Amino acid sequence: MLNYTFDWSIITSGKYFDWLVSGLITTLKLSTVSIVLAFLLGLLIAVMRMAHSKPVRWFAHAYLEFFRNTPLLVQIFFWYFGSYKILPTVINDWLNKTGFEFAAAAIALTIYTSAFIAEDIRSGVLSIPKEQMEAARSAGFSYLRSMQYIILPQAIRITIPPLVNQFLNLAKNSSLAMTIGVMEMTYQARQVESYTFKGFEAFTAATAVYLVLSIIITAAVNTYNEKVLNVHKAA
Amino acid sequence: MEQFFNISVITDNFTYFMIGRFPSGPLGGVGLTLYLAVVSCILSFFGGLILGLFSISRFAIVRYPALAFINLVRGMPLLMVIFWMYFLMPALFGKIAENNTVIMALTLFTSAYMSRIVVAGIEGIPKGQTEAAISTGLTHWQVMLYIVLPQGLRNMIPSFVNQFVSLIKDTSLAFIVGVSELTHVATQINNRTMAFPTEIFVFIAIIYFILCYAFTSLSRWLEGRLSWSKAI
Repeated sequence: MLNYTFDWSIITSGKYFDWLVSGLITTLKLSTVSIVLAFLLGLLIAVMRMAHSKPVRWFAHAYLEFFRNTPLLVQIFFWYFGSYKILPTVINDWLNKTGFEFAAAAIALTIYTSAFIAEDIRSGVLSIPKEQMEAARSAGFSYLRSMQYIILPQAIRITIPPLVNQFLNLAKNSSLAMTIGVMEMTYQARQVESYTFKGFEAFTAATAVYLVLSIIITAAVNTYNEKVLNVHKAA
Repeated sequence: MEQFFNISVITDNFTYFMIGRFPSGPLGGVGLTLYLAVVSCILSFFGGLILGLFSISRFAIVRYPALAFINLVRGMPLLMVIFWMYFLMPALFGKIAENNTVIMALTLFTSAYMSRIVVAGIEGIPKGQTEAAISTGLTHWQVMLYIVLPQGLRNMIPSFVNQFVSLIKDTSLAFIVGVSELTHVATQINNRTMAFPTEIFVFIAIIYFILCYAFTSLSRWLEGRLSWSKAI
């Protein structure tokens, strides 16, 4: 049925192995940079989403709806091809010098993921009893300070499992960066395929890498959940 | 000084954005995007139902393969699934149209996610229902078919609609294998006109947003209606 001879030696050593490893490193680099930025941006949007001022709340809401309801690929294309008109010249020059593919992919992934993270954080915050905020306010903390010192530290502890899952999604989504030429895992697998015509070996290797990543992360989340659960049981 | 937002590139190519070269050629643009999403959604509903039922089966021989498949697909990026289908299907079955390759990839990918919705829906039905049905003499299959699924599926509708929204967004990846859906059409027009990438990508982002937001709102409305009818 399958008229194909497998040759695994291609991807286990030599040039093509190096390509795949460099792809993995780029994937991890892109995901790590984006998750850190997306967390900070998501935190900001989540706080804005719960602010008292109506325009601020409305802005955060529009941000969430817009970026969650457009495909990531289109967002990547927008930042890569179309953002030069809305960015200041200084930033454009700097981006052109530092390799715009990676930056465009990182910006798109950051903004896309931040919209999902903001909702995760918000549901974490909503799970903290309202009295905590009231107590903090009556103890003289301002709204932002109560968030900073009382609500967010507790909320983020609950939010860690969904955040880690977002990292996993981000690592998988970062494969789309290949469309603008970022040499990450999927790009390199595709590259090995086009140089050697050994597509199945290359894609098996890339799939295995993604699977191992997801198994490690899922196991970590499960361990954390058990630990948190134990903490809750003790308390 | 160029015009900041040149609308003419959109208006000149509007029908091409919407239906590609449809009456005289193949369907493209928004039409093809919706076609891919609808067909894959219907297929993956059944795929998800079967996978979901298998993954909670009493028989290990169907349960473990189903669970392995679900976790395999959920651990992979969609792009990888599309590449697998793109290279594997022709090697197995000879030449297959790109549209169908993409539909297969989207179906496999979404079925794995749908199966989790199905399982959650089934587990959401109180155990007492199953016990009552069994004690009236129904078999396990009959209980599933006549008691649990009709109630469970109704609760799953909002999640299915959300999954359809993800599918609309995911069809944009068909671009990578040359299927001329909306994103592909946009890159074509961008390559032809050269000067208006901002206009083109903002425009298709808005189109996707309108489509997805409509269905997201539908899903929220359904959710509200379902919880209201349950409360009575």
